[in-house]
Amino acid sequence: MHQTLTPRRATWLNELIAAWGFVQRNYYLTKRYFMWELVWFVYSAANAMSIGFIGVGVERSEAGQDVQRLTTFLLIGALLWSYLSMLFDILSETVSWERWEGTIEYTFMSPASRATHLIGTSIYAVIYGIIRTVIMFALISLFFDLELQGANYTSALVVLAIASISLVGFGMVTAVMPLLSPEKGQQVTMIFGSLLLLISGIYYPVDVLPGWMQAIATISPVTYALEGVRGALLDGENVSTLWPSIWPLLVMGAICVPLGLWVFHLGERYAKRTGRLKRSG
Amino acid sequence: MERDHALELVAVEKRFTRKRGSEVVALAGVSLQVRRGEVVGILGPNGSGKSTLVRVVSTLILPDAGSVRVFGADALRHPRAAQRMMNRVSVEASFFKKLSAWENLMYSAKFYGVTTNEARPRIGDILEGVGFDVKRAHEPMEHLSRGMQQKVALARALLTSPMLMLLDEPTTGLDPRSKKDVQAVIERIRSEHDASILLCTHDMDEAESLCDRVGIMVNGQIVELDEPTALKRRYQKNGRLPNLEEVFMAVTGSSFSDAEERESAEAAA
Ligand SMILES: Nc1ncnc2c1ncn2[C@@H]1O[C@H](COP(=O)(O)OP(=O)(O)OP(=O)(O)O)[C@@H](O)[C@H]1O
Ligand SMILES: [Mg+2]
Repeated sequence: MHQTLTPRRATWLNELIAAWGFVQRNYYLTKRYFMWELVWFVYSAANAMSIGFIGVGVERSEAGQDVQRLTTFLLIGALLWSYLSMLFDILSETVSWERWEGTIEYTFMSPASRATHLIGTSIYAVIYGIIRTVIMFALISLFFDLELQGANYTSALVVLAIASISLVGFGMVTAVMPLLSPEKGQQVTMIFGSLLLLISGIYYPVDVLPGWMQAIATISPVTYALEGVRGALLDGENVSTLWPSIWPLLVMGAICVPLGLWVFHLGERYAKRTGRLKRSG
Repeated sequence: MERDHALELVAVEKRFTRKRGSEVVALAGVSLQVRRGEVVGILGPNGSGKSTLVRVVSTLILPDAGSVRVFGADALRHPRAAQRMMNRVSVEASFFKKLSAWENLMYSAKFYGVTTNEARPRIGDILEGVGFDVKRAHEPMEHLSRGMQQKVALARALLTSPMLMLLDEPTTGLDPRSKKDVQAVIERIRSEHDASILLCTHDMDEAESLCDRVGIMVNGQIVELDEPTALKRRYQKNGRLPNLEEVFMAVTGSSFSDAEERESAEAAA
Protein backbone atom coordinates (compact mmCIF):
# COMPACT_ATOMS: atom_id res chain seq x y z
CA MET A 1 0.00 0.00 0.00
CA HIS A 2 2.89 2.30 0.71
CA GLN A 3 4.04 1.88 -2.86
CA THR A 4 0.83 3.46 -4.16
CA LEU A 5 2.03 6.76 -2.74
CA THR A 6 -0.07 9.74 -3.65
CA PRO A 7 1.53 11.75 -6.43
CA ARG A 8 3.68 14.71 -5.44
CA ARG A 9 1.83 17.90 -6.16
CA ALA A 10 2.49 21.60 -6.01
CA THR A 11 1.90 23.06 -2.54
CA TRP A 12 -0.99 25.24 -3.68
CA LEU A 13 -2.74 22.20 -5.11
CA ASN A 14 -2.33 20.32 -1.85
CA GLU A 15 -3.76 23.30 0.01
CA LEU A 16 -6.72 23.34 -2.36
CA ILE A 17 -7.38 19.65 -1.69
CA ALA A 18 -7.09 20.32 2.05
CA ALA A 19 -9.52 23.26 1.81
CA TRP A 20 -11.95 20.92 0.11
CA GLY A 21 -11.39 18.52 3.01
CA PHE A 22 -12.55 21.15 5.50
CA VAL A 23 -15.61 21.96 3.40
CA GLN A 24 -16.39 18.25 3.13
CA ARG A 25 -15.93 17.67 6.84
CA ASN A 26 -18.39 20.38 7.81
CA TYR A 27 -20.82 19.13 5.19
CA TYR A 28 -20.65 15.65 6.75
CA LEU A 29 -21.28 17.19 10.15
CA THR A 30 -24.32 19.11 8.90
CA LYS A 31 -25.64 15.91 7.37
CA ARG A 32 -25.17 13.88 10.57
CA TYR A 33 -26.65 16.59 12.76
CA PHE A 34 -29.45 17.26 10.29
CA MET A 35 -32.17 17.19 12.95
CA TRP A 36 -30.40 19.97 14.84
CA GLU A 37 -29.98 21.97 11.66
CA LEU A 38 -33.69 21.63 11.04
CA VAL A 39 -34.53 22.70 14.57
CA TRP A 40 -32.24 25.69 14.27
CA PHE A 41 -33.80 26.59 10.92
CA VAL A 42 -37.32 26.47 12.36
CA TYR A 43 -36.22 28.57 15.31
CA SER A 44 -34.56 31.21 13.13
CA ALA A 45 -37.49 31.33 10.72
CA ALA A 46 -40.01 31.66 13.55
CA ASN A 47 -37.87 34.35 15.13
CA ALA A 48 -37.67 36.33 11.89
CA MET A 49 -41.38 36.00 11.27
CA SER A 50 -42.37 37.05 14.75
CA ILE A 51 -40.28 40.17 14.27
CA GLY A 52 -41.91 40.72 10.88
CA PHE A 53 -45.31 40.60 12.53
CA ILE A 54 -44.29 43.41 14.87
CA GLY A 55 -44.09 45.54 11.74
CA VAL A 56 -47.47 44.38 10.51
CA GLY A 57 -48.97 45.11 13.93
CA VAL A 58 -48.08 48.77 13.75
CA GLU A 59 -51.16 50.67 12.59
CA ARG A 60 -50.72 52.39 9.25
CA SER A 61 -52.50 55.48 10.66
CA GLU A 62 -49.73 56.04 13.21
CA ALA A 63 -47.67 59.00 12.04
CA GLY A 64 -48.00 57.96 8.43
CA GLN A 65 -45.87 54.92 9.13
CA ASP A 66 -45.36 52.79 6.03
CA VAL A 67 -46.14 49.29 7.31
CA GLN A 68 -44.89 47.43 4.28
CA ARG A 69 -41.58 49.21 4.39
CA LEU A 70 -41.19 48.69 8.14
CA THR A 71 -41.93 44.98 7.82
CA THR A 72 -39.39 44.65 5.03
CA PHE A 73 -36.86 46.63 7.05
CA LEU A 74 -37.29 44.28 10.03
CA LEU A 75 -37.20 41.07 8.00
CA ILE A 76 -34.04 42.10 6.18
CA GLY A 77 -32.49 42.66 9.59
CA ALA A 78 -33.60 39.28 10.93
CA LEU A 79 -32.45 37.31 7.87
CA LEU A 80 -29.17 39.10 7.55
CA TRP A 81 -28.40 38.64 11.21
CA SER A 82 -29.12 34.93 11.07
CA TYR A 83 -26.65 34.67 8.17
CA LEU A 84 -23.92 36.97 9.45
CA SER A 85 -24.01 35.71 13.03
CA MET A 86 -23.52 32.19 11.71
CA LEU A 87 -20.42 33.29 9.78
CA PHE A 88 -19.14 34.99 12.88
CA ASP A 89 -19.73 31.92 15.11
CA ILE A 90 -18.69 29.12 12.81
CA LEU A 91 -14.93 29.21 13.39
CA SER A 92 -15.22 29.54 17.13
CA GLU A 93 -17.75 26.75 17.22
CA THR A 94 -15.73 24.46 14.99
CA VAL A 95 -12.55 25.04 16.95
CA SER A 96 -14.21 24.21 20.28
CA TRP A 97 -15.87 21.21 18.71
CA GLU A 98 -12.51 19.99 17.42
CA ARG A 99 -11.05 20.46 20.86
CA TRP A 100 -13.82 18.45 22.51
CA GLU A 101 -13.44 15.60 20.06
CA GLY A 102 -9.66 15.80 20.22
CA THR A 103 -9.37 15.98 16.43
CA ILE A 104 -7.65 19.37 16.67
CA GLU A 105 -4.35 17.60 17.32
CA TYR A 106 -4.75 15.72 14.06
CA THR A 107 -5.64 18.89 12.20
CA PHE A 108 -2.67 20.75 13.66
CA MET A 109 -0.16 18.01 12.87
CA SER A 110 -1.26 17.79 9.25
CA PRO A 111 0.60 19.77 6.59
CA ALA A 112 -2.52 21.82 5.74
CA SER A 113 -1.84 25.49 6.50
CA ARG A 114 -3.82 27.39 9.11
CA ALA A 115 -5.16 29.77 6.45
CA THR A 116 -6.51 26.77 4.54
CA HIS A 117 -8.01 25.38 7.75
CA LEU A 118 -9.83 28.59 8.69
CA ILE A 119 -10.78 29.73 5.20
CA GLY A 120 -11.92 26.24 4.15
CA THR A 121 -14.21 26.04 7.16
CA SER A 122 -15.57 29.52 6.44
CA ILE A 123 -16.23 28.74 2.78
CA TYR A 124 -18.53 25.95 3.86
CA ALA A 125 -20.33 28.33 6.22
CA VAL A 126 -20.84 30.86 3.42
CA ILE A 127 -22.28 28.26 1.04
CA TYR A 128 -24.48 26.69 3.69
CA GLY A 129 -25.56 30.08 5.04
CA ILE A 130 -26.58 31.37 1.62
CA ILE A 131 -28.66 28.28 0.86
CA ARG A 132 -30.32 28.48 4.26
CA THR A 133 -31.05 32.19 3.93
CA VAL A 134 -32.53 31.82 0.44
CA ILE A 135 -34.89 29.09 1.67
CA MET A 136 -35.87 31.16 4.68
CA PHE A 137 -36.43 34.20 2.47
CA ALA A 138 -38.68 32.20 0.15
CA LEU A 139 -40.64 30.89 3.11
CA ILE A 140 -41.06 34.30 4.67
CA SER A 141 -42.16 36.00 1.48
CA LEU A 142 -45.16 33.65 1.46
CA PHE A 143 -46.37 35.24 4.70
CA PHE A 144 -45.59 38.90 4.18
CA ASP A 145 -46.21 41.66 1.71
CA LEU A 146 -42.70 42.89 1.13
CA GLU A 147 -41.64 46.16 -0.39
CA LEU A 148 -39.15 44.87 -2.92
CA GLN A 149 -40.53 46.35 -6.15
CA GLY A 150 -37.51 48.51 -6.84
CA ALA A 151 -34.96 46.19 -5.21
CA ASN A 152 -31.47 46.01 -6.69
CA TYR A 153 -30.51 42.41 -5.95
CA THR A 154 -27.12 42.59 -7.62
CA SER A 155 -25.83 45.37 -5.41
CA ALA A 156 -27.33 43.63 -2.36
CA LEU A 157 -25.30 40.55 -3.24
CA VAL A 158 -22.14 42.59 -3.70
CA VAL A 159 -22.56 44.12 -0.24
CA LEU A 160 -23.30 40.70 1.24
CA ALA A 161 -20.23 39.12 -0.36
CA ILE A 162 -17.92 41.83 0.96
CA ALA A 163 -19.57 41.76 4.39
CA SER A 164 -19.08 37.99 4.54
CA ILE A 165 -15.32 38.47 4.29
CA SER A 166 -15.18 40.95 7.18
CA LEU A 167 -17.39 38.74 9.35
CA VAL A 168 -15.14 35.75 8.68
CA GLY A 169 -12.20 37.94 9.70
CA PHE A 170 -13.97 38.96 12.91
CA GLY A 171 -14.73 35.29 13.53
CA MET A 172 -11.05 34.36 13.08
CA VAL A 173 -9.98 36.82 15.74
CA THR A 174 -12.43 35.41 18.27
CA ALA A 175 -11.79 31.76 17.31
CA VAL A 176 -8.46 32.00 19.08
CA MET A 177 -10.32 32.02 22.41
CA PRO A 178 -11.73 28.46 22.25
CA LEU A 179 -8.32 27.35 21.02
CA LEU A 180 -6.90 28.32 24.39
CA SER A 181 -9.90 27.25 26.46
CA PRO A 182 -12.94 25.65 24.81
CA GLU A 183 -15.55 26.66 27.35
CA LYS A 184 -14.43 30.16 28.29
CA GLY A 185 -13.64 30.82 24.66
CA GLN A 186 -17.19 30.11 23.56
CA GLN A 187 -18.51 32.31 26.32
CA VAL A 188 -16.42 35.21 25.08
CA THR A 189 -17.57 34.65 21.49
CA MET A 190 -21.18 34.63 22.63
CA ILE A 191 -20.85 37.92 24.53
CA PHE A 192 -19.10 39.45 21.55
CA GLY A 193 -21.87 38.22 19.24
CA SER A 194 -24.62 39.67 21.41
CA LEU A 195 -22.83 43.01 21.47
CA LEU A 196 -22.86 43.00 17.66
CA LEU A 197 -26.59 42.22 17.78
CA LEU A 198 -27.27 45.10 20.12
CA ILE A 199 -25.28 47.87 18.46
CA SER A 200 -25.46 47.11 14.74
CA GLY A 201 -29.02 48.32 14.15
CA ILE A 202 -30.56 45.04 13.16
CA TYR A 203 -34.14 45.89 14.11
CA TYR A 204 -33.84 49.68 14.35
CA PRO A 205 -31.80 52.45 12.78
CA VAL A 206 -28.47 52.92 14.55
CA ASP A 207 -29.31 56.58 15.32
CA VAL A 208 -31.88 55.60 17.96
CA LEU A 209 -29.01 54.28 20.10
CA PRO A 210 -27.26 56.31 22.81
CA GLY A 211 -24.22 58.12 21.50
CA TRP A 212 -21.60 55.79 22.92
CA MET A 213 -23.31 52.78 21.36
CA GLN A 214 -23.45 54.58 18.03
CA ALA A 215 -19.72 55.06 18.30
CA ILE A 216 -19.17 51.34 18.72
CA ALA A 217 -21.58 50.67 15.85
CA THR A 218 -19.21 52.42 13.47
CA ILE A 219 -16.65 49.63 13.91
CA SER A 220 -19.15 46.79 13.44
CA PRO A 221 -19.23 45.35 9.93
CA VAL A 222 -22.83 44.28 10.54
CA THR A 223 -23.87 47.96 10.67
CA TYR A 224 -22.54 48.60 7.16
CA ALA A 225 -23.84 45.29 5.84
CA LEU A 226 -27.35 46.21 6.97
CA GLU A 227 -27.16 49.76 5.66
CA GLY A 228 -25.93 48.51 2.33
CA VAL A 229 -28.38 45.66 1.87
CA ARG A 230 -31.32 47.79 3.01
CA GLY A 231 -30.30 50.56 0.64
CA ALA A 232 -30.13 48.05 -2.21
CA LEU A 233 -33.37 46.22 -1.45
CA LEU A 234 -35.61 49.02 -0.17
CA ASP A 235 -34.36 51.93 -2.23
CA GLY A 236 -32.84 50.15 -5.23
CA GLU A 237 -29.47 51.79 -4.72
CA ASN A 238 -26.57 50.70 -6.91
CA VAL A 239 -22.99 49.91 -6.02
CA SER A 240 -21.76 53.46 -6.49
CA THR A 241 -24.42 55.08 -4.30
CA LEU A 242 -23.80 52.34 -1.72
CA TRP A 243 -20.08 53.12 -1.64
CA PRO A 244 -20.30 54.70 1.87
CA SER A 245 -21.34 51.27 3.19
CA ILE A 246 -19.03 49.28 0.94
CA TRP A 247 -15.67 50.89 1.60
CA PRO A 248 -15.75 50.38 5.39
CA LEU A 249 -16.53 46.72 4.76
CA LEU A 250 -13.63 46.44 2.34
CA VAL A 251 -11.29 48.05 4.84
CA MET A 252 -12.49 45.81 7.68
CA GLY A 253 -12.12 42.70 5.55
CA ALA A 254 -8.63 43.75 4.48
CA ILE A 255 -7.66 44.29 8.10
CA CYS A 256 -9.57 41.52 9.88
CA VAL A 257 -8.67 38.51 7.75
CA PRO A 258 -4.88 38.97 7.97
CA LEU A 259 -5.24 40.09 11.60
CA GLY A 260 -7.35 37.02 12.38
CA LEU A 261 -4.83 34.69 10.77
CA TRP A 262 -2.01 36.34 12.66
CA VAL A 263 -3.80 36.26 16.02
CA PHE A 264 -4.75 32.64 15.47
CA HIS A 265 -1.16 31.82 14.58
CA LEU A 266 0.03 33.43 17.82
CA GLY A 267 -2.63 31.50 19.75
CA GLU A 268 -1.53 28.27 18.13
CA ARG A 269 2.11 28.87 19.04
CA TYR A 270 1.12 29.69 22.59
CA ALA A 271 -1.00 26.53 22.81
CA LYS A 272 1.87 24.45 21.46
CA ARG A 273 4.34 25.98 23.89
CA THR A 274 2.14 25.47 26.93
CA GLY A 275 0.68 22.13 25.90
CA ARG A 276 -2.94 23.30 25.74
CA LEU A 277 -4.07 21.17 22.86
CA LYS A 278 -4.02 17.80 24.51
CA ARG A 279 -7.02 16.21 26.10
CA SER A 280 -5.20 13.35 27.75
CA GLY A 281 -2.72 10.56 27.08
CA MET B 1 23.06 15.10 9.98
CA GLU B 2 22.36 11.73 8.43
CA ARG B 3 19.71 11.27 5.76
CA ASP B 4 19.54 7.68 6.83
CA HIS B 5 17.72 8.62 9.98
CA ALA B 6 13.97 8.60 9.92
CA LEU B 7 14.02 10.56 13.14
CA GLU B 8 16.75 12.36 14.95
CA LEU B 9 16.28 14.19 18.24
CA VAL B 10 19.13 16.07 19.84
CA ALA B 11 19.02 17.28 23.44
CA VAL B 12 15.29 18.00 23.43
CA GLU B 13 14.03 19.72 26.56
CA LYS B 14 10.52 20.59 27.60
CA ARG B 15 9.13 21.87 30.85
CA PHE B 16 5.53 22.72 31.62
CA THR B 17 4.30 25.29 34.10
CA ARG B 18 1.60 23.94 36.38
CA LYS B 19 -1.28 25.96 37.75
CA ARG B 20 0.46 27.33 40.84
CA GLY B 21 3.61 28.21 39.00
CA SER B 22 5.47 25.01 39.82
CA GLU B 23 7.38 23.48 36.92
CA VAL B 24 7.40 19.96 35.60
CA VAL B 25 10.31 18.74 33.56
CA ALA B 26 8.69 16.52 30.95
CA LEU B 27 11.75 16.06 28.74
CA ALA B 28 15.20 16.51 30.24
CA GLY B 29 17.53 16.43 27.26
CA VAL B 30 16.32 13.59 25.07
CA SER B 31 18.50 12.46 22.19
CA LEU B 32 17.28 9.63 20.04
CA GLN B 33 17.68 8.26 16.55
CA VAL B 34 15.36 6.02 14.64
CA ARG B 35 16.95 4.59 11.54
CA ARG B 36 15.10 4.14 8.29
CA GLY B 37 12.90 1.06 8.52
CA GLU B 38 13.64 0.59 12.20
CA VAL B 39 11.10 0.09 15.00
CA VAL B 40 12.14 1.74 18.24
CA GLY B 41 10.09 1.14 21.37
CA ILE B 42 9.92 3.42 24.38
CA LEU B 43 8.98 1.99 27.75
CA GLY B 44 8.56 4.13 30.81
CA PRO B 45 6.44 4.65 33.88
CA ASN B 46 3.43 6.98 33.84
CA GLY B 47 4.50 10.58 33.51
CA SER B 48 7.99 9.78 32.31
CA GLY B 49 7.49 11.90 29.18
CA LYS B 50 6.65 9.43 26.41
CA SER B 51 3.59 11.24 25.10
CA THR B 52 5.36 14.58 25.35
CA LEU B 53 8.15 13.12 23.24
CA VAL B 54 5.66 11.95 20.60
CA ARG B 55 3.88 15.31 20.63
CA VAL B 56 7.12 17.19 20.19
CA VAL B 57 7.98 15.06 17.16
CA SER B 58 4.51 15.48 15.69
CA THR B 59 4.82 19.31 16.02
CA LEU B 60 2.03 19.59 18.61
CA ILE B 61 4.35 20.77 21.36
CA LEU B 62 7.18 23.22 20.84
CA PRO B 63 10.22 22.20 22.91
CA ASP B 64 12.25 24.69 24.95
CA ALA B 65 15.53 23.48 23.50
CA GLY B 66 16.97 20.89 21.16
CA SER B 67 16.34 19.87 17.58
CA VAL B 68 14.01 17.43 15.83
CA ARG B 69 14.59 16.16 12.32
CA VAL B 70 12.32 13.89 10.33
CA PHE B 71 14.17 12.40 7.35
CA GLY B 72 16.46 15.39 7.51
CA ALA B 73 13.66 17.98 7.59
CA ASP B 74 13.77 20.33 10.57
CA ALA B 75 10.42 19.74 12.27
CA LEU B 76 10.73 22.86 14.40
CA ARG B 77 11.73 25.36 11.77
CA HIS B 78 10.06 23.88 8.69
CA PRO B 79 7.26 21.76 10.10
CA ARG B 80 5.37 21.45 6.79
CA ALA B 81 7.92 19.16 5.17
CA ALA B 82 8.20 16.99 8.27
CA GLN B 83 4.43 16.83 8.81
CA ARG B 84 3.89 15.46 5.33
CA MET B 85 6.12 12.46 6.10
CA MET B 86 4.64 11.29 9.37
CA ASN B 87 1.44 10.45 11.15
CA ARG B 88 0.45 9.41 14.61
CA VAL B 89 -1.85 7.03 16.46
CA SER B 90 -2.43 7.70 20.14
CA VAL B 91 -4.23 6.04 23.03
CA GLU B 92 -7.32 8.01 22.30
CA ALA B 93 -8.81 7.50 18.88
CA SER B 94 -10.08 11.15 18.57
CA PHE B 95 -12.68 11.25 15.83
CA PHE B 96 -15.88 13.11 15.19
CA LYS B 97 -17.97 10.48 16.93
CA LYS B 98 -21.16 11.05 14.94
CA LEU B 99 -19.38 10.75 11.60
CA SER B 100 -18.69 7.35 10.14
CA ALA B 101 -15.24 5.81 9.81
CA TRP B 102 -15.48 6.39 6.08
CA GLU B 103 -16.28 10.07 6.50
CA ASN B 104 -13.58 10.62 9.10
CA LEU B 105 -11.00 8.98 6.85
CA MET B 106 -12.17 10.74 3.72
CA TYR B 107 -11.89 14.27 5.02
CA SER B 108 -8.72 13.84 7.07
CA ALA B 109 -6.80 12.28 4.16
CA LYS B 110 -7.40 15.52 2.24
CA PHE B 111 -5.31 17.46 4.74
CA TYR B 112 -2.40 15.43 3.38
CA GLY B 113 -3.33 16.05 -0.24
CA VAL B 114 -5.09 12.73 -0.84
CA THR B 115 -8.09 13.34 -3.13
CA THR B 116 -11.43 11.56 -2.97
CA ASN B 117 -10.59 9.53 -6.06
CA GLU B 118 -7.28 8.43 -4.59
CA ALA B 119 -8.72 7.69 -1.18
CA ARG B 120 -11.83 5.80 -2.26
CA PRO B 121 -10.19 2.56 -3.41
CA ARG B 122 -7.58 2.70 -0.66
CA ILE B 123 -9.92 3.17 2.29
CA GLY B 124 -11.48 -0.22 1.62
CA ASP B 125 -8.10 -1.92 1.23
CA ILE B 126 -6.60 -0.31 4.29
CA LEU B 127 -9.62 -0.98 6.51
CA GLU B 128 -9.54 -4.59 5.41
CA GLY B 129 -5.81 -4.65 6.04
CA VAL B 130 -6.24 -3.54 9.65
CA GLY B 131 -8.97 -6.14 10.18
CA PHE B 132 -11.86 -3.71 10.29
CA ASP B 133 -15.23 -5.07 9.22
CA VAL B 134 -15.73 -2.92 6.11
CA LYS B 135 -19.51 -3.33 6.30
CA ARG B 136 -19.46 -1.08 9.36
CA ALA B 137 -17.51 1.70 7.69
CA HIS B 138 -20.64 3.79 7.28
CA GLU B 139 -21.88 3.57 10.84
CA PRO B 140 -21.30 6.46 13.21
CA MET B 141 -18.00 5.94 15.02
CA GLU B 142 -19.73 6.11 18.39
CA HIS B 143 -21.30 2.71 17.65
CA LEU B 144 -17.88 1.07 17.33
CA SER B 145 -15.92 -0.60 20.09
CA ARG B 146 -12.66 0.91 21.24
CA GLY B 147 -10.74 -1.80 19.44
CA MET B 148 -12.48 -1.00 16.18
CA GLN B 149 -11.98 2.73 16.67
CA GLN B 150 -8.30 2.11 17.21
CA LYS B 151 -8.15 0.22 13.93
CA VAL B 152 -9.73 3.19 12.18
CA ALA B 153 -7.10 5.39 13.83
CA LEU B 154 -4.41 3.16 12.32
CA ALA B 155 -6.16 3.36 8.97
CA ARG B 156 -6.30 7.16 9.21
CA ALA B 157 -2.54 7.24 9.63
CA LEU B 158 -1.84 4.64 6.92
CA LEU B 159 -4.02 6.43 4.39
CA THR B 160 -1.51 9.29 4.25
CA SER B 161 1.38 6.89 3.48
CA PRO B 162 3.59 8.03 6.35
CA MET B 163 7.29 7.19 6.25
CA LEU B 164 7.46 7.68 10.01
CA MET B 165 4.73 6.31 12.26
CA LEU B 166 4.38 7.60 15.80
CA LEU B 167 2.45 5.13 17.93
CA ASP B 168 1.61 6.24 21.47
CA GLU B 169 0.20 3.27 23.38
CA PRO B 170 -1.88 2.06 20.43
CA THR B 171 -2.96 -1.12 22.22
CA THR B 172 -3.57 0.18 25.75
CA GLY B 173 -7.04 -0.71 26.95
CA LEU B 174 -7.81 -3.15 24.15
CA ASP B 175 -9.00 -6.69 24.79
CA PRO B 176 -6.48 -9.45 24.04
CA ARG B 177 -7.88 -10.18 20.60
CA SER B 178 -8.01 -6.56 19.44
CA LYS B 179 -4.56 -6.12 20.88
CA LYS B 180 -3.24 -9.03 18.81
CA ASP B 181 -4.96 -7.61 15.71
CA VAL B 182 -3.43 -4.18 16.18
CA GLN B 183 0.00 -5.66 16.87
CA ALA B 184 -0.26 -7.70 13.69
CA VAL B 185 -0.99 -4.51 11.78
CA ILE B 186 2.06 -2.83 13.28
CA GLU B 187 4.13 -5.83 12.28
CA ARG B 188 2.84 -5.47 8.73
CA ILE B 189 3.38 -1.73 8.60
CA ARG B 190 7.06 -2.33 9.13
CA SER B 191 7.38 -5.23 6.70
CA GLU B 192 5.08 -4.13 3.87
CA HIS B 193 4.91 -0.39 4.16
CA ASP B 194 8.59 0.16 4.73
CA ALA B 195 7.80 2.68 7.47
CA SER B 196 9.95 3.59 10.43
CA ILE B 197 8.17 3.42 13.75
CA LEU B 198 8.46 5.00 17.18
CA LEU B 199 6.29 2.97 19.55
CA CYS B 200 5.50 3.99 23.13
CA THR B 201 4.00 1.20 25.18
CA HIS B 202 3.51 -0.27 28.63
CA ASP B 203 3.40 -3.77 27.23
CA MET B 204 6.74 -5.57 27.60
CA ASP B 205 5.89 -8.42 25.24
CA GLU B 206 4.74 -5.96 22.63
CA ALA B 207 7.99 -4.02 22.90
CA GLU B 208 10.04 -7.17 22.74
CA SER B 209 8.30 -8.74 19.79
CA LEU B 210 7.83 -5.62 17.65
CA CYS B 211 10.89 -3.51 18.29
CA ASP B 212 14.44 -3.62 16.98
CA ARG B 213 15.57 -1.47 19.86
CA VAL B 214 13.90 -0.59 23.12
CA GLY B 215 14.47 2.56 25.13
CA ILE B 216 13.56 3.03 28.75
CA MET B 217 12.48 6.47 29.79
CA VAL B 218 12.62 7.75 33.34
CA ASN B 219 11.91 11.32 34.46
CA GLY B 220 12.15 12.75 30.98
CA GLN B 221 15.36 10.99 30.05
CA ILE B 222 16.05 7.93 27.97
CA VAL B 223 18.32 6.06 30.33
CA GLU B 224 18.75 2.87 28.32
CA LEU B 225 18.38 2.22 24.61
CA ASP B 226 19.43 -0.98 22.96
CA GLU B 227 18.29 -4.22 21.41
CA PRO B 228 16.15 -6.20 23.85
CA THR B 229 18.71 -9.01 24.12
CA ALA B 230 21.54 -6.56 24.76
CA LEU B 231 19.50 -4.89 27.48
CA LYS B 232 18.84 -8.20 29.14
CA ARG B 233 22.46 -9.18 28.98
CA ARG B 234 23.41 -5.91 30.60
CA TYR B 235 21.12 -6.56 33.53
CA GLN B 236 21.76 -10.23 34.03
CA LYS B 237 22.35 -11.33 37.56
CA ASN B 238 24.28 -14.39 38.63
CA GLY B 239 24.35 -15.61 35.06
CA ARG B 240 20.57 -15.59 34.71
CA LEU B 241 19.14 -13.56 31.81
CA PRO B 242 16.25 -11.39 33.09
CA ASN B 243 13.13 -10.80 31.04
CA LEU B 244 12.30 -7.32 29.77
CA GLU B 245 9.99 -6.62 32.68
CA GLU B 246 12.76 -7.33 35.14
CA VAL B 247 15.05 -5.02 33.18
CA PHE B 248 12.33 -2.36 33.27
CA MET B 249 11.96 -2.78 37.03
CA ALA B 250 15.68 -2.59 37.56
CA VAL B 251 16.07 0.53 35.44
CA THR B 252 13.04 2.38 36.77
CA GLY B 253 13.69 1.28 40.36
CA SER B 254 15.90 4.38 40.42
CA SER B 255 18.43 5.53 43.02
CA PHE B 256 22.15 5.04 43.31
CA SER B 257 22.10 1.66 44.95
CA ASP B 258 20.77 0.31 41.68
CA ALA B 259 23.70 1.72 39.80
CA GLU B 260 26.04 0.13 42.33
CA GLU B 261 24.24 -3.16 42.04
CA ARG B 262 24.52 -2.92 38.31
CA GLU B 263 28.22 -2.36 38.45
CA SER B 264 28.72 -5.28 40.71
CA ALA B 265 26.47 -7.38 38.53
CA GLU B 266 28.52 -6.44 35.51
CA ALA B 267 31.71 -7.20 37.38
CA ALA B 268 30.33 -10.61 38.29
CA ALA B 269 29.33 -11.38 34.72
N1 LIG C 1 0.10 19.69 28.45
C1 LIG C 1 0.69 19.54 29.64
N2 LIG C 1 0.61 20.50 30.58
C2 LIG C 1 1.22 20.34 31.77
N3 LIG C 1 1.93 19.26 32.12
C3 LIG C 1 2.05 18.28 31.23
C4 LIG C 1 1.44 18.36 29.94
N4 LIG C 1 1.72 17.23 29.26
C5 LIG C 1 2.48 16.48 30.08
N5 LIG C 1 2.68 17.10 31.26
C6 LIG C 1 3.47 16.58 32.38
O1 LIG C 1 4.71 16.14 31.86
C7 LIG C 1 5.07 14.88 32.41
C8 LIG C 1 5.20 13.84 31.30
O2 LIG C 1 3.92 13.55 30.80
P1 LIG C 1 3.65 12.55 29.59
O3 LIG C 1 2.21 12.61 29.29
O4 LIG C 1 4.59 12.86 28.51
O5 LIG C 1 4.02 11.15 30.24
P2 LIG C 1 3.80 9.67 29.67
O6 LIG C 1 5.11 8.99 29.77
O7 LIG C 1 3.17 9.70 28.36
O8 LIG C 1 2.82 9.04 30.75
P3 LIG C 1 1.69 7.89 30.55
O9 LIG C 1 2.43 6.61 30.58
O10 LIG C 1 0.83 8.07 31.75
O11 LIG C 1 1.00 8.14 29.28
C9 LIG C 1 4.01 14.56 33.43
O12 LIG C 1 4.47 15.00 34.70
C10 LIG C 1 2.83 15.37 33.00
O13 LIG C 1 2.02 15.72 34.09
MG1 LIG D 1 1.35 8.94 27.55
